[in-house]
Amino acid sequence: MQFLMPDLGPVMPEIIMTVLTLLILLADLVIKRKETVALLSVFCIAAVVYSLKGSLGTTFNGMFISDGYSIFFKLIFLLNVIMTILISVRYIVIEKINFGEYYALILFSTLGMMIMASAGDLIVLYLGLELMALSTYILAGFIRYDVRSNEAAVKYFLLGAFASAFLLYGTSLIYGLTGSTDLRAIAGYIAEKGLAGNQALLLSMIFFAVAFSFKIAAVPFHMWAPDAYEGAPTSITAYMSVGPKAAGFAVLGRVFLTAFGSLRVEWSVILIPIAILTMGVGNIVAISQTNIKRMLAYSSIAHAGYILLGIIAGTQDGLASVMVYLLIYAFMNIGAFGVIIMLRSENFKGDSLEDYEGLAKTHPVAAALMLVFMFSLTGIPPTAGFIGKFSLFVSAINAGYTGVVIIAVIFSAISAYFYLRVVMLMYMKEPKETVVLSTSPALSLALAVALICVLAIGVAPATLLNFAKFAVAGF
Amino acid sequence: MDQATVNTLGFPILSLLIFLPVAGALGLLLMKSSQEGLIRMFALLVSIAGFLLSLPLFTAFDKTTHAMQFVERHAWIPAWNINYHLGLDGISILFVLLSTLVTILCILISWNSIKVKVKEFYISLLVVEAAMIGVFCSLDFFLFYIFWEAMLIPMYLLIGVWGGPNRIYAAVKFFLFTLVGSVLMLVGIIVLYLYSGGTFNILELSTRIYPYDMQLWLFWAFFAAFAVKVPMFPVHTWLPDAHTEAPTAGSVILAAVLIKMGAYGFLRFSLPILPEASKAMTPVMITLSVIAIIYGGIICLAQTDLKRLIAYSSVSHMGFVTLGIFALNVQGMEGGILQMINHGIVTGGLFLGVGVIYDRTHTRQISDYGGVASVMPVYASLFIVFTFASIGLPATNGFIGEFLILLGGFKANQWAGVLAASGIIIGAGYMLWLYQRVFFMETSEKVSGLHDLDTRELIALLPMVILIFWIGIYPDTFLGFMHESVRHLLERVNSGSAHGVSVAKNIVEILK
Repeated sequence: MQFLMPDLGPVMPEIIMTVLTLLILLADLVIKRKETVALLSVFCIAAVVYSLKGSLGTTFNGMFISDGYSIFFKLIFLLNVIMTILISVRYIVIEKINFGEYYALILFSTLGMMIMASAGDLIVLYLGLELMALSTYILAGFIRYDVRSNEAAVKYFLLGAFASAFLLYGTSLIYGLTGSTDLRAIAGYIAEKGLAGNQALLLSMIFFAVAFSFKIAAVPFHMWAPDAYEGAPTSITAYMSVGPKAAGFAVLGRVFLTAFGSLRVEWSVILIPIAILTMGVGNIVAISQTNIKRMLAYSSIAHAGYILLGIIAGTQDGLASVMVYLLIYAFMNIGAFGVIIMLRSENFKGDSLEDYEGLAKTHPVAAALMLVFMFSLTGIPPTAGFIGKFSLFVSAINAGYTGVVIIAVIFSAISAYFYLRVVMLMYMKEPKETVVLSTSPALSLALAVALICVLAIGVAPATLLNFAKFAVAGF
Repeated sequence: MDQATVNTLGFPILSLLIFLPVAGALGLLLMKSSQEGLIRMFALLVSIAGFLLSLPLFTAFDKTTHAMQFVERHAWIPAWNINYHLGLDGISILFVLLSTLVTILCILISWNSIKVKVKEFYISLLVVEAAMIGVFCSLDFFLFYIFWEAMLIPMYLLIGVWGGPNRIYAAVKFFLFTLVGSVLMLVGIIVLYLYSGGTFNILELSTRIYPYDMQLWLFWAFFAAFAVKVPMFPVHTWLPDAHTEAPTAGSVILAAVLIKMGAYGFLRFSLPILPEASKAMTPVMITLSVIAIIYGGIICLAQTDLKRLIAYSSVSHMGFVTLGIFALNVQGMEGGILQMINHGIVTGGLFLGVGVIYDRTHTRQISDYGGVASVMPVYASLFIVFTFASIGLPATNGFIGEFLILLGGFKANQWAGVLAASGIIIGAGYMLWLYQRVFFMETSEKVSGLHDLDTRELIALLPMVILIFWIGIYPDTFLGFMHESVRHLLERVNSGSAHGVSVAKNIVEILK
């Protein structure tokens, strides 16, 4: 018997990321200035982005797929991590959590997401998911002396473990039914044996839906999100609200459209109520929040509801719009969290909505940035948020879900109320106390990039749309 | 397509008109907030430049065709077949001119009354101008929606930051009402786009025939957006708050241009794209219009706040406009369009006038006033012109517009005509009573010793007075623009119907 070396080309970005992250972990032991670690991490990401280009292909007998779909998602993850690092540099000094492990953990978590996006097999998917989740649990509790941060980590961990159990249960059921964990083999077996109406298959699919709903924080599996988002370090909140969510959608799209492709009617029946509930609870509960991180947590739940529309559409266009939306969401959401981080200084938390009163008077630039991000999250043109929502709505209506879209637009109008309240506080109230901004070149860079992209994609989205279309073409 | 695409001027005038204020706003952004004088002057110069730039539209417009003119078209988002497509016809051209004019007057009238965040104020004002012009020029539904929504942001800030005591409530209400309507229209736009095989081109969309049921749904989806903006009864409740609380410039823009966008939407989208549904819904629309006319008028009688009274009078006057449009005959429609311009001039003028006196007394309560005529005679004489024009006295523009609308209304439905005419009487009642309480009677404490109009204020008010008489005495200058376009539109609405319904039925049969 001959041992064939598998083709490592498709998995090269992940290999590079693993090696470099381990090196960063080692280098951290000797490097005193943690800013250098941040810089190394950025270089590491740059190397991974560069290697993505030549990574198209399938390897390990189809267990690992590197296609346009996964590469697009990987770009979202890498963008997310690079922005997070930029907004973290000064912030973690203020929070007194300036350790090198912080960066290594973020990179490991991102590595997990990349593996998830490329998973062609349920076991690989699980590996990636756990790598992502375990790293993020630690990051959520990174402020060791803060009870709320600890609470966030424990809550996130317990409910995350719960979700993992569902995922494994679903996997074992499907393995029992089809004798495989390979997504395409599962789809082939279901089609061949005509299993579409099978109760056990249905149950397994429901378990998957539940597990992924936990990851994307969809209602009613969202309970962890507000507490985890509020307690975690703000930079990690920004990171969690984009990365793991995007990864959740990546696997949701891949598993449901590949393995459960023949159950489209069944899973849309499950996902539609979840989407509606998610938009409803997210937007309505956000209205009553007084803490801006918590408000954005609910807003992030609501956005998961909109994005689900693209999955429900179940078409290539739908997937493309999911990807476009997540990329846009990364810019606008991390931008908003960047402003929140700017308000945090040694003796000032700056995460209460009241702290934003009169910000336009004391810090007009920060207020203007927040204004753009808030309007973008609302989905008002000419910001990128509108383009994202528009592409989701088009794909959902095209697939025949006009009714769901009508509900979505109404909730989207309701969401204007709480986003606008931030703008209102900044521009229409008088400042109570002087807020000192903690800026840094890295943070300014991240905010500038976010602002430019939110406006540029809003005005000229053609390139991004074409890229997404191209990326899903082979799906 | 018989819609010729021509631009007789050698340069992209519409793009320049839209982006000149944007460039001006960016220029302001770079200035120091402390240089308030310079900021005002710069904003004024930008707005004057915009107005001068828009004058060639007035002279170069070819009145003998309904085709779009000054057309520009570039691919914008090929993935969705969206084009940057601009053009004007006889229905939209006057609104562009009105927008550029009103912006100048708004800047003049805000000269001394805006004291905080001066830079941001003029930036918002210029961005609103750009968005308004964009709305009237867009020939691509997507582009139209972008401008339509983009205008919400600066308008929200104008009301919420520089408005009166209850400004935050008013701003949020304005925003949410408009947004809910708009997003429902968005769903309609997407449905239309997908059904027509992927085009947002308004000219193309208005030549197709859609199944009747679909038209009906779309009609109400569009109605949600346009009726809120007009505002039609019963979704008018945001308007009194927004008008009342907005700063003078905000009220003027709202009254003069912004609420015209709703009626314009009916003319540009609902009627030509959905002719059968529009025709079928005429009774509903006429009923709502008549209710607005009478109900708005009666409520005016009970108002104690100057701006609120004028705001409710807008509800009544816009009722005339929608009545004229949905009379679906030449007189009614031309009257409706002209009355939109008239209302912009007159109510814009009234709000400018109220702004002038509010700057001096800082009260909007009618009971605080009295005897203004004896203290400020010039002001009083200009204000009476606005009052008469608002009532619709002959020789003022209001007369021409309302007369045409009533004529059209009678032809469409006699009862509607009769009831609407009573609205004019109510209008005379509340306007004259208002004038009497503010300008005559005993001179009140707050009023005594006020100085009359200064040159700046006079310049801000005079253009409106001139236009009132111009349209009132020789309306053909303005009506001439619309004849061809209105005729073409009515042809589409009226001829399409009988033929269209049968075709639509056939399509439905085939689909089944």
